[in-house]
Amino acid sequence: MVRSKRENQARLAFWLLIPAGVAVFGVIVYPILRTLLISFFEVTSALATDTPFVGFNNYLEVLSNSTFWASMGRTLYFTLISTSLELCLGLLLAGLLNAKLRARWLFRAIVVIPWAIPTIVSAAMWKGVFNAQYGPLNAMLSQLGIIDQYQAWLGDPTTALNMVILADVWKSTPLVAFFLLAGLTAIPNELYEAAKLDRASWPRIFRSIVLPMLIPSISIVLVLRTVEAFKVFDIIYVMTRGGPVNGTQTIAYYAYTTAFSDQNFGVGSALSYVIVIVILALSAIYLRLLRRSEMSLL
Amino acid sequence: MKRAQRNSVLVHVAAIVTSVVILAPFLWMVMASITPQRILITTPLQWIPDELDLSRYVQIFTGGSEGVGATFRAAMLNSIIVAVGTVTISMIVGILGAYAFARLKFRFRRAILMTFLASYMLPQIALLIPLYLILNTAGLLNTKTGLILVDCAIVIPFVLWVLSNYFMTIPEELEEAARIDGTTRLGALFWVVLPAAKPGLFAAIMFAFLLAWDEFMYALIFTSSDVAKTLPVALSEFAGRYTTDFGLVAAGGILAALPPLIVAVIFQRYIVSGMASGAVKG
Repeated sequence: MVRSKRENQARLAFWLLIPAGVAVFGVIVYPILRTLLISFFEVTSALATDTPFVGFNNYLEVLSNSTFWASMGRTLYFTLISTSLELCLGLLLAGLLNAKLRARWLFRAIVVIPWAIPTIVSAAMWKGVFNAQYGPLNAMLSQLGIIDQYQAWLGDPTTALNMVILADVWKSTPLVAFFLLAGLTAIPNELYEAAKLDRASWPRIFRSIVLPMLIPSISIVLVLRTVEAFKVFDIIYVMTRGGPVNGTQTIAYYAYTTAFSDQNFGVGSALSYVIVIVILALSAIYLRLLRRSEMSLL
Repeated sequence: MKRAQRNSVLVHVAAIVTSVVILAPFLWMVMASITPQRILITTPLQWIPDELDLSRYVQIFTGGSEGVGATFRAAMLNSIIVAVGTVTISMIVGILGAYAFARLKFRFRRAILMTFLASYMLPQIALLIPLYLILNTAGLLNTKTGLILVDCAIVIPFVLWVLSNYFMTIPEELEEAARIDGTTRLGALFWVVLPAAKPGLFAAIMFAFLLAWDEFMYALIFTSSDVAKTLPVALSEFAGRYTTDFGLVAAGGILAALPPLIVAVIFQRYIVSGMASGAVKG
């Protein structure tokens, strides 16, 4: 009786999961294997008929290329800075969203705006804000007397990368904040009340109650944002096209230009596999953290 | 009491400052979209223009095929069809799958869920070339159907994750009572679990819609004309082509942001309740 019930459940689960499985893995599995295959061949045009097997040569070409390492460095910088800024600001913002505010609904509706605005729109907007001729950032800073003359914020490689990070932080911090807010509201009120009875200070309450209870949410957000930041493409595509002098060329953008502008599909595929491997490595590290924090389901 | 008051003032000031930082660039974009081109480029900048110019909106709404109007309107329609199609399929498929993960006991349950979630880690760039060839062979290149298919593969894992977490917080007893009365599992899912899961469902719909509306890379590579091109692609082309008239890009951007903004503002009160139980072990 018990046994057949289990079998029934397994059969039902199979039928319930089949549609999702087909829709997701039907799209993913063959392409990901095919890309792996392409990465071992020299394919230099979409219509190439002569595609010799080159073994690991494409990978060696990628790994011995200084442009690759420069893009990798920039991507890690982008990922590290934007994710940590978004996490810190997101924590503060989550606290603010959770605070007793007049017109809290209005505040929440305002905070949700950057999250809802499409990435491409946000990128085009920030490109305008940083514009060297008519950008309001220049206008504001010079009218406040902070700068003497208009700056080309997206004209210098290092500054441009930081400005792209700024745009990404504006866009993504609200998402982080709402995830953390969900975790915050799940903390039982009794814990705060007990801490108040003990006359615990706010930093103390944050460290011994809020932070430990938030670890699951923080871990999830960290994984999401790290992976997302490492794959960053669209905001770069619209704001800088990887320029100036490759100053904002991240690894995904580099793979895109290699495959689609240079039509070097073999090397492009090898590059995208390097991205897959790095993301898997990052995720493996995170998943260990997640499991330690006893996530539900994970 | 005094200290509480001071804290309350501080919190309100912080909220106002945050709101200003969030709204300022967006409001400037709104202003830029209705500022005449010659005023927009003057130095020092006129924050509030002394005359308004709605010609970009007129151009977008009524412009013919020689301008941006026709392309933009086609892209808006394509985006709506692709997003609604993707959300509908993902929700149906996601509800069924999430129920299995949340309620049924079967082997490799965790491993299967993890595989779904891990699919999100794959960069789209690693799938682009073969997907292009497949869509081409299937005649789905530059079609909305093709885009919906590939977008679902991105959205479904998210829906599965949000919903299975939420379903787990709904007491199993509710369902058991119905099942004793002879309702099947699927019946219980539709008549008992779904009505109780409204916040989770709304949160999932909002996530799915924003994801689908925002999708760029697939649309960039797989679409080539007004037949299937979505708003993000059309806008990135505007931004590249009309570098001299930011106002036009701004007007297009605001219109492209309206649908997700409306969805987000309506559904934002469900995000927290829909996710609250999702993020923490129930």
